[in-house]
Amino acid sequence: MEKKTYTISVYSENNVGLLNRISAIFLKRHINLESFSTSESEIPNVFRFVIVINITPDKVHKIVQQIEKQIDVIKAYYHTDEETIFQENALYKVKSSFLFEERQIQNIIKASHATIVTVSPEFFVIEKTGFREETEQLRKDLSPFGLLQFVRSGRISVTKAKMGISEILNTFKNNN
Amino acid sequence: MKNHKNKKNQKSPNDSITISGAEAVVRCLLAEDANLVYGYPGGAIMPIYDELYKYKDQLHHVLTRHEQGATHAAQGFARTSGKVGVALATSGPGATNLVTGIADAQIDSTPMVCITGQVASHLLGSDAFQETDIIGISTPVTKWNYQITKASEIPEIMAKAFYIARSGRPGPVLIDITKDAQFEMFDFNYVKCRGIRSYWPNPPLNTNHLEEALKLINEAKKPFIVWGQGVILGQAEQEFKAFVEKSGIPAAWTILGLSALPTDHPLNRGMVGMHGNYAPNLLTNECDLLIAIGMRFDDRVTGDLNTYAKQAKVLHLELDPAEVNKNVKADVALITNCKISLKALTKRISKNTFSKWLKRFDALDVIENEKVIKGDLFPIKQGITMGESIAMINKYTKGDAVIVTDVGQHQMVACRYAKFNQSKSNVTSGGLGTMGFALPAAIGAKMGAPAREVVAVIGDGGYQMTIQELGTIFQQQVAVKIVILNNDFLGMVRQWQQLFFDKRYASTEMTNPDFVTIAKGYHIEAERVEKREDLDQAVGRMIASEKPFFLEICVEKENNVFPMIPSGASVSDIRLE
Repeated sequence: MEKKTYTISVYSENNVGLLNRISAIFLKRHINLESFSTSESEIPNVFRFVIVINITPDKVHKIVQQIEKQIDVIKAYYHTDEETIFQENALYKVKSSFLFEERQIQNIIKASHATIVTVSPEFFVIEKTGFREETEQLRKDLSPFGLLQFVRSGRISVTKAKMGISEILNTFKNNN
Repeated sequence: MKNHKNKKNQKSPNDSITISGAEAVVRCLLAEDANLVYGYPGGAIMPIYDELYKYKDQLHHVLTRHEQGATHAAQGFARTSGKVGVALATSGPGATNLVTGIADAQIDSTPMVCITGQVASHLLGSDAFQETDIIGISTPVTKWNYQITKASEIPEIMAKAFYIARSGRPGPVLIDITKDAQFEMFDFNYVKCRGIRSYWPNPPLNTNHLEEALKLINEAKKPFIVWGQGVILGQAEQEFKAFVEKSGIPAAWTILGLSALPTDHPLNRGMVGMHGNYAPNLLTNECDLLIAIGMRFDDRVTGDLNTYAKQAKVLHLELDPAEVNKNVKADVALITNCKISLKALTKRISKNTFSKWLKRFDALDVIENEKVIKGDLFPIKQGITMGESIAMINKYTKGDAVIVTDVGQHQMVACRYAKFNQSKSNVTSGGLGTMGFALPAAIGAKMGAPAREVVAVIGDGGYQMTIQELGTIFQQQVAVKIVILNNDFLGMVRQWQQLFFDKRYASTEMTNPDFVTIAKGYHIEAERVEKREDLDQAVGRMIASEKPFFLEICVEKENNVFPMIPSGASVSDIRLE
């Protein structure tokens, strides 16, 4: 079976140790992650992990089953890129002198629809939100000027389909 | 054994009263009907032990000789009693010594709550004396774990721990409690856990899937059941028997499913897997419907998955959704407690018999009997076989005993030949294959079923991994019968070396001590049998004894266990010699 990029979304309680528990599921199967990010979700006190992996459909299904089996996990889903809206965020730190001496930099920033976050006498910082190829292209374009620092966030994503977490939590409330 | 029944507590556990975290732990245990715990004290858990001293009339603590022994004893207790086993240990090495037993309980779905002491919360992360990150270490092998740093968390977390350990697919839970939380005073009030919003242990039966399952069963000409421990854990023995009898479908067991259906039931066709019986293994690849009940298609059961039951439709009755389609693709799955699904199926199926199909089993049984069983049970060679030793135990226990086994040749032989009349009678380390399991597990098994005969059958290798628990048996006067099948070898590894490594016996020969003297050192009555003619009476004396009893049976050194499916081979490639 062919490998594909999947976004796994995990809704969970905010308990110490759950991150370890989820990462152990990947470790046990010798699977490397493309990216991993976590934040509070649309529901207060419910956290959401967004995990990106490149894997076969059969394996992603089994992994999501294992994640969902964890006591503190409310629900876990997996989606293909077509089923989600996703973005990554990147920051680029460049020497300030280039901004004034190399006209090209200004063109690169304009063309890539990146924004300048801050400018100081020593350096300036560019921010770019988009797909991996876009943040990667900007990195390539800027690298001849000597990137002082580069960092990219993990993928964040929302799904096109409904998640129904509130319904799950309400069902529990009504039954107990 | 002392009486450890819970005498009614004068202090009702429901009153809100100010007590220490340590006392709260003990009261939580009592509220969960855990009046028997296994453990080993140490610095970080001393406040709890101090409370155990005060509550000793209500809660019996068994001091094992190693923390690993405490976990296996708790497992043995859980397996025969159906209750949650409890093990206590201190921080650091005490906690890490629990890990093997926890991993064993996790893979064999045994309900267990482990409580570990931890250094005081202000010392966490400082590499304090006997500090270890037991939450991190135990995470991959626990169903759930939690570190308590405030006494006020104790009632809710302990209630959750017991609820999680025993509900759904059972498993081990570890609760780590800092020493300051044990000392801290707080208002205690215990409320049992009734549910957790992120945890759905009882999925309901899907009625559409039930219809599909019925269709599969009704259309099958050569159906075959493989059942596992899910039948026992789901307390579904009666429903299972009713299903088997009404459907007329031949059934075989995985090692952990053993004893859920009596051995002599006409539709019980033996064991599947690496050292299972010839007929059920071969006919797995001949049946047209494989009904898997409360089992997880372990690799020791299936052999090569690419050649496993490919001709058959698969109907999987399983509580844990993560086990469905994990190793073997199910055409239809009923994801619920099999007690529910079996009852629903039995109600709707018509009474049936498969006489022609059963004759296939009979024919293959004849071959196995000729080539393997005769030689095991009625040997003509001089040395005592493991098989005849088990048969001799059967003669005296008549299938009513709990048989506890370790890991290796003796385990396979005991499971193949031991007779069982009732459920929860087979206690063994299946999934993890933990040598050293049996002796401490037998202690727990006997305490979990005090009225029953408990016979531990152990190899000379595994016995020496936890031999120190003879001390526990002596101190507690646990009337277990210990049988060592001694071949002076790590027999199973030696067998593999003989068959697959050109008889290069690397580190499998053992120079053993005088086991009888060791047992006598613990004041346990002990005998050794070296000749066949002495076997019968020695086993007789052992079973007749009302005290702990040790029997060493010196068996033939280089016997092999057959049938055997070589590792990674197809079930069709089962070897008889």
